[in-house]
Amino acid sequence: MYLGDVIGRVVSTAKNETLDGRILLLVRRLSDQRTVVAIDSVGAGTGERVYVCRGKESSFAFLPDRAPSDATIVGIVDRVGNVTVGNVSVGDVDSAKGAEAVS
Amino acid sequence: MLLARVIGTVVASHKDPRLEGKKLLICRPVNIDGGDESGYLVAVDTVSAGAGETVLVVQGSSARMSAGCEDKPVDAAIVGIVDQISKD
Repeated sequence: MYLGDVIGRVVSTAKNETLDGRILLLVRRLSDQRTVVAIDSVGAGTGERVYVCRGKESSFAFLPDRAPSDATIVGIVDRVGNVTVGNVSVGDVDSAKGAEAVS
Repeated sequence: MLLARVIGTVVASHKDPRLEGKKLLICRPVNIDGGDESGYLVAVDTVSAGAGETVLVVQGSSARMSAGCEDKPVDAAIVGIVDQISKD
């Protein structure tokens, strides 16, 4: 999983039926500033710091539904411990909502 | 998932039987401003995308979760055609 900031959203009308109703958000990864498109599972919005699960496991957030996701937002970060990721300081990890989503 | 632009097609007549009837497209990753990134990938199309369109590509085993790719040897699938990218 990695931390990122939600910076926008992607609108797609013609999409695979397994993505119907899913919200697609743009997330800028803190470690390398790359932007990925992630499916939201927790109701995150622009400007929020989130943590993102990648790989096939990211589709488990939508079980029992099938979702072709390789990046899912599984938590909204409330507080981050004093950690440095690469050369980016991400300040002070505690996310009740994320814990709920993961459990 | 990756944002990418469809830049070509791949024709393969001799292929795994489970890929028969699947359209293979060449996609170049793009950034959120539409600029090209390096590299390219071949993805199975599930949404009838066409050349020049910006699409969403899901990679890895998650690609097999998309409708039409179940139990097929697919590790990259086009699962959406992008209408709009809004950066707030």
